[in-house]
Amino acid sequence: MKRAVSALVLTGLGLPAALADAAGAKVAVPDPAASWNHLWHDVLLDLFIIGIIFLAAGLYWVWKYRATRPGQIGTAPKLDKISAIGFAVVPAFLFMADDFYLAAKGWTVWNEYRDVPRNAMEVKVTGSMWSWNFEYDNGVSTTFMVDTKEGDGLVVPVGKPVVLRMTSTDVVHSFFLPDYRVKEDMMPGRVTYLWFNPVKVGETLATCAEFCGNRHSFMWTKVKVVSQADFDTWIAKKKQGA
Amino acid sequence: MSTASSGFKLSEWIFTTDHKRIGILYLIGSIAAFSLAGIMALLIRIEQAAPGPTIVSDAYTGGDQYNVWLYFHGAAMILGFLIPGLTGFAANYLLPLMIGAKDVAFPRINALSVWLFWAGIVVALLTFVVPDKPDIMWTGYPPYSITTAGNTALYVFTVHLIGFSSILASVNFLVTIIYMRAPGMGWNQLNMFVWSCFTALIIQLVFVPVLAAAVTLLLFDRYLGTHFFDPANGGDVLLYQNLFWFYSHPAVYVIFLPAMGIFYEIFATMAKNPIFNYKAAVYGGMCFIVLISGEVWVHHLYYSGMPDWLRIGQMVTTLLISIPVGLMTISLFGTLYKGSITFNIPMYYGTAALYLLLIGGLTGIPLAMTVMSVHLGETSFTHAHFHFIMGIFATFSVFAAVDFWFPKISGRMLNPAQGKLGFWLNFIGVNITFWPLFIIGVEGMPRRYWDYSQFPSHFAHYHKVATLGAFIVAIGMVLTISNWIISAIKGEKAPDNPWGSNSLEWTHTATPPGPGNFPKEVTVDADWTPYNYK
Repeated sequence: MKRAVSALVLTGLGLPAALADAAGAKVAVPDPAASWNHLWHDVLLDLFIIGIIFLAAGLYWVWKYRATRPGQIGTAPKLDKISAIGFAVVPAFLFMADDFYLAAKGWTVWNEYRDVPRNAMEVKVTGSMWSWNFEYDNGVSTTFMVDTKEGDGLVVPVGKPVVLRMTSTDVVHSFFLPDYRVKEDMMPGRVTYLWFNPVKVGETLATCAEFCGNRHSFMWTKVKVVSQADFDTWIAKKKQGA
Repeated sequence: MSTASSGFKLSEWIFTTDHKRIGILYLIGSIAAFSLAGIMALLIRIEQAAPGPTIVSDAYTGGDQYNVWLYFHGAAMILGFLIPGLTGFAANYLLPLMIGAKDVAFPRINALSVWLFWAGIVVALLTFVVPDKPDIMWTGYPPYSITTAGNTALYVFTVHLIGFSSILASVNFLVTIIYMRAPGMGWNQLNMFVWSCFTALIIQLVFVPVLAAAVTLLLFDRYLGTHFFDPANGGDVLLYQNLFWFYSHPAVYVIFLPAMGIFYEIFATMAKNPIFNYKAAVYGGMCFIVLISGEVWVHHLYYSGMPDWLRIGQMVTTLLISIPVGLMTISLFGTLYKGSITFNIPMYYGTAALYLLLIGGLTGIPLAMTVMSVHLGETSFTHAHFHFIMGIFATFSVFAAVDFWFPKISGRMLNPAQGKLGFWLNFIGVNITFWPLFIIGVEGMPRRYWDYSQFPSHFAHYHKVATLGAFIVAIGMVLTISNWIISAIKGEKAPDNPWGSNSLEWTHTATPPGPGNFPKEVTVDADWTPYNYK
């Protein structure tokens, strides 16, 4: 909430984000994974309500209207024109209303997913059979070997949004970050992107989600979120090693 | 030729032009494909029961073996079982009978269709013979399908043969429904199953050629050195995915619509009720699906680098599918209202279908939402979702159809105890199999992995439970299919109309129907409907 307010204030003052960055002010960055989790609960509730209504009606009718003697005929009332139209139009509008409710909610979070924060750190990711390469904008490049699991994986500083510009050298792969609730395919001939907000220090997983051949199950790498100080040390070490 | 002729002559079956025999040939082929696909499913489940190699030989070549099982399971279930089981077997056997026709419009083309289907099955079976087994999933995405050492041509030729068979069948049945209805039979008097096939076959006729084109370009890229999907030479990887899903999402309705049609027939007959709000289900449901089916394919490509506006636009169209499907669902449930329901094997499957339709349909809603799909897509959540609706709902519809029309087809009754036991094992088994996959799917378990050691160790428990479920289903399937075979040979003789149905195939034909179907020409009155129980 505080972040949202400060973002509003910044926008309201017309301060360019770059200036805010230069001034050392913290730019409010949303957390798409948290928004996803929140939306997931809303959607589950929606599905649960619809499911219970239909299932209850179905099971109750199956039980209540079972035949009691052989040769018995159903006694459903004949629908007149008005009620037939009503039974089509009213549910159609209810379903449509729910569709638009879900679409609007989904679109809101989707915009968070696609609007890359301006202070995001960019990393170029290249998927290959069988390795992942990460290239930072200061020239540092690190490769994770899928077969031997050698390499650091994707290392990022905590609290700074990361945008991945992704491609592939051979077949279609997909960079899936289950803990950040996001994935995007990577393919030869195109550059795709995704961004995520590493809010917590720790190690998570990135794993391939698009069938890519006989090592598909092993096509994963580590995502290490470290403190800014550790990140700087890691970069310095990589530069020296290079 | 008659299905009731004395003695068995193989040539009479191979060269038959009788729609009933052709329907049975489709059924035999599709059940064969289903059984093999089922064995593949068991192999997949055994492998996934624990992380690391379980039955694959070792970690390095494991993927090669496992991917062939995945390929064959998917291709055989969709191309070899569901589509031929519904629009091949059920449509062939039932459509002419339901509309009061002597046969289809072009019986010889119908025979060609079933030959092409069988040829497709044989080519698919070569998978187990050739050394370079296809390993490209049923989707066949390039560049992998072009660069793999596996045999992409087998996949392409299977699609060509079965696709050509489908196109011919579509033309044949559409002409049959339009021109060969019994005198007096108006469009609003058609069986729901006839309507469902009519709409499904329009979709099939329009979209199958797109798939045929897509896989042909794949063949050219692979073997003739063209570059349609090769970005290094000006091609585009995404072009194939767009073409493929432009067909393959509508293909879902080619399966879903006839499956619903079968359950409508069973519900109306067993509840002795008319279809609730027939016109809403036909025009607002089925016909609306025909219109919208070609505008939603991008939901398979929500995380594939498509333009953002398309991902959002098709989120809206995809969500709107809930309107026609919702109207059809209300109509199906409503048919039970104030009915007089008799429970037998087909109605057991029908009751289960209510639940499967809800679980399969509702879990599709988060996947229709672009942002939800960006996490859930390509996980075992998606896998469980489409197994509930495409796999189990549609498979149960084929089983229900065989069980429901078994007395008509074979002249004999099924063993009810064995059928019900088979049903319960199938129903309980599929739930034990797929609910755990929903749960770990939300936690991020990807599809098409045979090893998942990188994930939390509790995933293995869920996979073990799912594997147990698959074996329960396997026992249920063996009971179900063996019941058909044994009862067809020595089941109790069936009366002409054991369910007391009002539909023409029960009221106006012999059991089983003879040559020309109807002893005398059928005409129907203006107030006749298949559901007019009095």
